[in-house]
Amino acid sequence: MRLAVIGAGAVGWAVADQAADREHAVVALADSRGAVVDAAGVDLDAVAQRRAAGDPVGDRSPGAALEADYDVLVEATPTTLGDAEPGFGHVERALDRDRHVVLANKGPVAERYDDLQALAAASAGSVRFEATVGGAIPAIATIEGVGPRRVQTVRGVLNGTANFVLTRMAAEGLAFDHVLAEAQDLGVAEADPSFDVDGTDAALKCAIVANLLRDGGVTLADVAVDGIRDVPGRALDLAAEAGRTIRLVGEVTPTTVRVGPRLVPSAGALAVEGTTNVVQLGTDHAGTLTLQGPGAGGAATATAVLADVDRLPPRS
Amino acid sequence: MGEVGADGGEPRAYTVRLELDDRPGELLRALTPIADHGGNLLGIVHERGSVTPRGRVPVEVDVACQPEQFDRIVAALRDAGVTVTRAGEDRYGESVVVLLIGDLVETDLSDTLTRVQAVDGVDVTGMTLEAPEGTEAQSSARLQLAARTGAVAAALSAVRSVADEKDLQVVEPVTGGEQ
Repeated sequence: MRLAVIGAGAVGWAVADQAADREHAVVALADSRGAVVDAAGVDLDAVAQRRAAGDPVGDRSPGAALEADYDVLVEATPTTLGDAEPGFGHVERALDRDRHVVLANKGPVAERYDDLQALAAASAGSVRFEATVGGAIPAIATIEGVGPRRVQTVRGVLNGTANFVLTRMAAEGLAFDHVLAEAQDLGVAEADPSFDVDGTDAALKCAIVANLLRDGGVTLADVAVDGIRDVPGRALDLAAEAGRTIRLVGEVTPTTVRVGPRLVPSAGALAVEGTTNVVQLGTDHAGTLTLQGPGAGGAATATAVLADVDRLPPRS
Repeated sequence: MGEVGADGGEPRAYTVRLELDDRPGELLRALTPIADHGGNLLGIVHERGSVTPRGRVPVEVDVACQPEQFDRIVAALRDAGVTVTRAGEDRYGESVVVLLIGDLVETDLSDTLTRVQAVDGVDVTGMTLEAPEGTEAQSSARLQLAARTGAVAAALSAVRSVADEKDLQVVEPVTGGEQ
């Protein structure tokens, strides 16, 4: 397939980098400031040098990548809330042109799922979004494999930053602020950590899963969200004395969609450590399926994007 | 305030059904081995109105303890000549741990516990309070609840409702699934 990659951050760049290994060609690549388009395949070594120098990925306007002749648009721009723009507009343009879309950007799937599906239904192109939930973990494909209506509950630890903070607080007996500062030094947490530690990121992932299980109708506003800022270190001690720990758990059931700090058995499947994510499906006939792995990181998440590309039907 | 189950691990709730002779001192004789082996009495139903065909009084005793303590309690009861007709976890079938975080003392912790305890089929079998430390302004408490099978949701809902009213944060267990 010929890929147009929109967004050249950690994920977008890793997709471009790994595409050739999976026998796909990158014919267009854009960041917020520029684009490079080449029907014969973008020269990624040249782009790498431009990135390293802090220059835009190419001299063309960013919109040029959207108009290139490609088979699959990879939408890897930063997640935005509300109208999910500009990512949603990029997806809309691609589907209008009957091209496939693979999203790493959570915004359009979490906030405008119904709009997204309507556009896909009217297009010869398909939409996939494995990379939006649990990074490299094949959560979406597994739900599709079981069949969304046979999956009753989905629970998981879906934010590596929050999980790193809780893991360190529990292991070292340190307070939230202290561990957060350490996580920022290590690059595990952003300078503005609210998206992660206040539960928004995990809530977007829960909204996406809920849309898949319920065939739409869910946005971030439907998710009950609590973060981990108010979890005292002593609460983790109390949990540990009872053989438990606290994790920021996202939960989708037939009646609820919520994210919040929850008690889980210390030795249980949900008590993953550090930046690891875990997704647990409660199914009708297959019992409980648990998938765990790296929930973030450019290279790991790019594998989910490219797995989606391989799942797409061929373009006629 | 202490914690139930000093052996470590969490106590579970059990029900023992006994048959006692209807005479003074019999109940005390039955309860002593329970206390002696570290069991925490949750409740006693002394069914004086339903005397057995053999003229004895059935008594149902709910007790919280470690599983190994429970085995010792049942053995001790039998050693003491008490008739144990049933012993198991059948009444309080489920045990849950929940954390409360916030200004627990100012918001009347004892009232909080009483209101959770008031839910039908729910007992607070243990509570541990941790005062704030360092810069943390909030205290934390761990509640151990024993709930009759099917009453866990009601127990958690009661905790949530009291916590909402008192502006406390609840850290609920994940229930269901294999975790």
